[in-house]
Amino acid sequence: MAHDHHDHHDHGQDPPSDIALRVKALESLLVEKGLVDPAALDAIVERFEHKVGPRNGARVVAKAWSDPAYRERLRQDATAAIAELGYTGGQGEHMVAVENTPGMHNLVVCTLCSCYPWPVLGLPPVWYKSPPYRSRAVIDPRGVLAEFGVTLPAEIEIRVWDSTAEVRYLVIPERPANTDALDEAALAALVTRNGMIGTARL
Amino acid sequence: MNGVHDMGGMHGLGPIAPDTDEPVFHADWEKRVLAMVIASPTRGNIDAGRHRRELIPGPDYLRLSYYERWFEALCAMLVGSGAVSAEELASGRADPTAAKATPRLAAGDVDAALSRQGSYLREGPAPAFKPGDAVRARNLNPVGHTRLPRYVRGRLGVVERAHGAHVYPDTHAHGGGEDPRPLYTVRFTARELWGPDAAPDDNLRLDLWEPYLERA
Repeated sequence: MAHDHHDHHDHGQDPPSDIALRVKALESLLVEKGLVDPAALDAIVERFEHKVGPRNGARVVAKAWSDPAYRERLRQDATAAIAELGYTGGQGEHMVAVENTPGMHNLVVCTLCSCYPWPVLGLPPVWYKSPPYRSRAVIDPRGVLAEFGVTLPAEIEIRVWDSTAEVRYLVIPERPANTDALDEAALAALVTRNGMIGTARL
Repeated sequence: MNGVHDMGGMHGLGPIAPDTDEPVFHADWEKRVLAMVIASPTRGNIDAGRHRRELIPGPDYLRLSYYERWFEALCAMLVGSGAVSAEELASGRADPTAAKATPRLAAGDVDAALSRQGSYLREGPAPAFKPGDAVRARNLNPVGHTRLPRYVRGRLGVVERAHGAHVYPDTHAHGGGEDPRPLYTVRFTARELWGPDAAPDDNLRLDLWEPYLERA
């Protein structure tokens, strides 16, 4: 692939890449012109590295599994139900939760760009944003799932959700068997990011 | 526009290469690009931002990584909006005669600003369709921004849900105002879109604005 992912844990033994230099130059220019506050940039990075990510969505899923009233609120108005847990903001303005069942599996994609529910899942992984996933999730969802190690029998219906507007989709996986004794925190630990996109079964 | 960004249904773009344990960012410069895009004075019209990334020429779009595309589009929007001049961008030095701005977003406001719950729902025209209505996606090929993917144009579907009137990207991306239009979730069978070899029970849902649809 064209991605040129230098290992940045080598403490500068490699010369910085061209793109790294250009980005640094732009930031310096924007700071010099008073257009951005570098401390605000740090705070944005901190938010997406440490505060917003798939653990948020996992809490939503675990609560939906263990609290029938919450599950109903999630069905009626997922945006409000998710906001109850404090997860709000850009790319989560209009949330819809889609529930897997024994006979039906949901898969979420954005073929036109990389729309993704940031408040509950954080920033999307590289594969979600990549042309291979964006192109094939709609025409060959079963082949795509196989690349994630998921093989679904033909009798299971697949619903693909292409995020073409500002509605964002969160997959509620089926609750795994033999988890009756687990509390919400323990259940949340079972929920994976890919499970909430639909590229994994729990 | 019928650009390479509209890639739903294409083959041949390579393996997916899932990475179950990847970091949020793969390089420090990616962090700064994301943060600059969010803090930029050009932030605010998501449709214009998307369209700017679509305008990256196709071969470059496919060669560049996600954050490289974001960076190229950010530079173009900064110059296009007049926030930065082409000379400043090329030299990396601020024009000493230009007044110094005040950042739109201060560090202490970041979490509140990014947690603020916005909405794209607006007062708008009454919906022409209701759930259960058969519709056909129109065969439209605008040269500007649209969220009607090529792979559903001309295809038959069923309205599954009405979302009210939402900001209409085809107008909003081009500075024409929000122009709210009714938005629907429309269901298409996989066989309608991909032919008889598709799995009989599989189906797809897209969120489509009313001008993309006609009664079937």
